[in-house]
Amino acid sequence: MSVLVYAEHDNATLNKVTLSVVAAAKEIGGDITVLVAGKGCGAVAEAAAKVDGVSKVLCADNDAYEHQLAENIADLVVELAGDYSHILAAATTTGKNFAPRVAALLDAPQISEISDVVDGDTFKRPIYAGNAIATVKCADAKKVLTVRGTSFDGVAEEGGSASVENVDVVKDAGISSFVGEELAKSDRPELTSADIVISGGRGMGNGDNFEILYKVADKLGAAVGASRAAVDAGFVPNDMQVGQTGKIVAPNLYIAVGISGAIQHLAGMKDSKVIVAINKDEEAPIFQVADYGLVADLFEAVPELDSKL
Amino acid sequence: MKVLVPIKRVVDYNVKVRVKADNSGVDLANVKMAMNPFCEIAVEEAVRLKEKGVVTEIVAVSIGPKAAQEQLRTAMALGADRSILVETDEEAQPLGIAKALKAIVDEEKPELVILGKQAIDGDNNQTGQMLAALTGMPQGTFASEVNVADGKVKVTREIDGGLQTVELSLPAVVTTDLRLNEPRYASLPNIMKAKKKPLDVKAPADLGVDLAPRVTTEKVEMPPERSAGVKVGSVDELVDKLKNEAKVI
Ligand SMILES: Cc1cc2nc3c(=O)[nH]c(=O)nc-3n(C[C@H](O)[C@H](O)[C@H](O)COP(=O)(O)OP(=O)(O)OC[C@H]3O[C@@H](n4cnc5c(N)ncnc54)[C@H](O)[C@@H]3O)c2cc1C
Ligand SMILES: Cc1cc2nc3c(=O)[nH]c(=O)nc-3n(C[C@H](O)[C@H](O)[C@H](O)COP(=O)(O)OP(=O)(O)OC[C@H]3O[C@@H](n4cnc5c(N)ncnc54)[C@H](O)[C@@H]3O)c2cc1C
Repeated sequence: MSVLVYAEHDNATLNKVTLSVVAAAKEIGGDITVLVAGKGCGAVAEAAAKVDGVSKVLCADNDAYEHQLAENIADLVVELAGDYSHILAAATTTGKNFAPRVAALLDAPQISEISDVVDGDTFKRPIYAGNAIATVKCADAKKVLTVRGTSFDGVAEEGGSASVENVDVVKDAGISSFVGEELAKSDRPELTSADIVISGGRGMGNGDNFEILYKVADKLGAAVGASRAAVDAGFVPNDMQVGQTGKIVAPNLYIAVGISGAIQHLAGMKDSKVIVAINKDEEAPIFQVADYGLVADLFEAVPELDSKL
Repeated sequence: MKVLVPIKRVVDYNVKVRVKADNSGVDLANVKMAMNPFCEIAVEEAVRLKEKGVVTEIVAVSIGPKAAQEQLRTAMALGADRSILVETDEEAQPLGIAKALKAIVDEEKPELVILGKQAIDGDNNQTGQMLAALTGMPQGTFASEVNVADGKVKVTREIDGGLQTVELSLPAVVTTDLRLNEPRYASLPNIMKAKKKPLDVKAPADLGVDLAPRVTTEKVEMPPERSAGVKVGSVDELVDKLKNEAKVI
C-alpha cells in the first residue's frame, strides 16, 4: 500500500488539517507521499517535508494551481495517481471540491468524510447528519477518501525529513478561471481547530449583538461560530456556520448561545468534549446534549460571563 | 438554453432516523420522504433563471425507486417542464449515479446542470463533481450566487475561508449551497398542472450504465449517545464548573 495525501494550504502555510489527514494515512499503512500544489508554495512543501511519517513531498508550483481550481487540480492528481492505493484529502471545501472529480476520472469510488480507519479497505463514516455511523468496505485497488479532520489527532509537525521533489506537470484545463475572493479576516483561532468555540444562533437577534460573543471569545482565546439560522439571517458570514452542511468542530469546550439544537446543528458539534448551552427556553433540544445548561436570557448571561472570566 | 436538474428522494430533514436493531442500515419503513433540500434549491435556481429569460427548458431527473415520481412531480409543480425517472430499487452510489446522469446529459445536451451540493442522507457531496469530471465540464460547487452571461457562468462559492468567485465556460455543472435562494412552495394550481407534464421512465439498462455498488455497507451503528448533563443555576456556578470540574477554561 502507498498513500498520496493532498496538502491543504494557502500557498504560504500548511493547514493543520493536513496533519490529521497524514494521521489517517498512517493508520492505513504504507509509504506516505504528500502533494503540495499551488503557486509560490515552496515554503509549504518544506513544512510538509518535516511532518512526522511523510516519506516524500511532491511540489507542483504553477499559476494553474494558485487558486485550487478543481478542474486543474484533479487533472494533476490523476496524472500523478500512478500506483498509489489510496488518495486522501481533507474534507474541507477544497478537498470536497476536487476529490470526487479525481475519483470519477480514475473510475474509483470515493468514500467521503471518513471518521475512522478499520483497515486499508474498511472505514467508518457518519451518515444522516451523524445520526448513524456506517462501516463501509471497498475492495477496489484504488480509492479516494476524504478525511474528517476532527476525527483524527494530527501527527507531529516536526520529526520527519522527507525529500522534496518538484513536479513540472502543468494541467490547465482552460474551462474555469478565478475571478476573486472575499476571505474573512479574523485574529481569532480558526473554527475547526480551536480549543474553544462559542457560537450564536437566531436568539442573538442581529449581527451587532454578536459583539458580546466576540468579547467572551477574546478572553477565552476562542473561535466564534454560528447556526444556519444566524447565517441565513445575515448576522454573520457563511464561513461561520457549524453543522451538517457547514463546518464540523470538536473543541474541548463548545458554548451554544441562543441556539435551539436542531439535528443539523448538533451534527457539527456533538463530538465536542464539553458542551455548554445558554438558552431561555428550558425545553430547547440543545440541553439534551449539553454537559452544563444555563436557562437564562443570553443578553444578561453572556455579559455577566464576560465580566466573570 | 436547457437546464438539467438531478433530484434525489431522501428522508425528510425533520426526521431523526433510527438504526435497525440488526445494524444492517437505518429504518426507513413508514418514514416521511421528501425532495433533498439542496435539490429544492437547485430547482428554484433553474426556475428563477427561466423567469429571467436565460433558460428555456428545465428537465428534472431522478435515479431511484418508482416512488421518486412524487419528487419529480414536485419539481414540475415548482416549474420544471418535464422529467425523467431512471427507475431502480438498488441503492445506487454517487459514481453510478454520475454515470447514469452522464448518459442523460449526452442525450439531452443541457447547457447547465444544477445539483444539490449534498444529499442529506448519504452526505457524500460527490455526485455533481463526478458528473462534471465524466462529462469534461467545469464545476461551480457550493454556489451562493449564479450569473449566466455571454456564454459563461459566474459562480460565487461558499468556501471554508469565505467566498470565492469563479467563471466557467458552458456547459457547466453547478451545485447549490444554502444561501443560493429560498425555494418557493408549489401552489395548488401548479400541483394540478404538474400531473399532466411528461414524466419519462427509463431503466438503467436503457442508458447502458452499471449501477452496481462498489462500496458495501458492512454495518450501521448508532453514534455514541451524549447524555444530558446538569442545569446550572447561575453564571457563577457555570464558571466554577468549567474551571474546577471540567477544567476547560
Ligand atoms: C438541508 C439543511 C441543512 C442544514 N444545515 C444546517 C447546518 O449546517 N447548521 C445549522 O446550524 N443548521 C442547519 N440547518 C438548519 C436547522 O434545521 C435549524 O433551522 C437551525 O440550526 C436553527 O438555528 P437556531 O438554533 O439558531 O435557531 P432557532 O431554532 O430559531 O433557535 C433559536 C433559539 O434561541 C433561543 N433564544 C431566543 N432568544 C433568546 C434569548 N434572548 N436568550 C436566550 N436564548 C434565546 C430560543 O429559545 C431558541 O431555542 C439545516 C437545515 C436544512 C434543511
Ligand atoms: C445507511 C446507508 C447505507 C447505504 N448502503 C448502500 C449500499 O450498500 N450500497 C449502495 O449502493 N448504496 C448505499 N447507500 C446509498 C449511497 O450511500 C448514497 O445515498 C448514494 O450513493 C447517493 O449519494 P448522496 O445522495 O449522498 O450523493 P451526493 O453526492 O451527496 O448528492 C448530491 C446531489 O446529487 C444529486 N443526486 C444524488 N443522488 C441522486 C439520484 N439518485 N438521482 C438524481 N440525482 C441525484 C442530487 O442533486 C443531490 O443533491 C447507502 C446509504 C445509506 C444512507
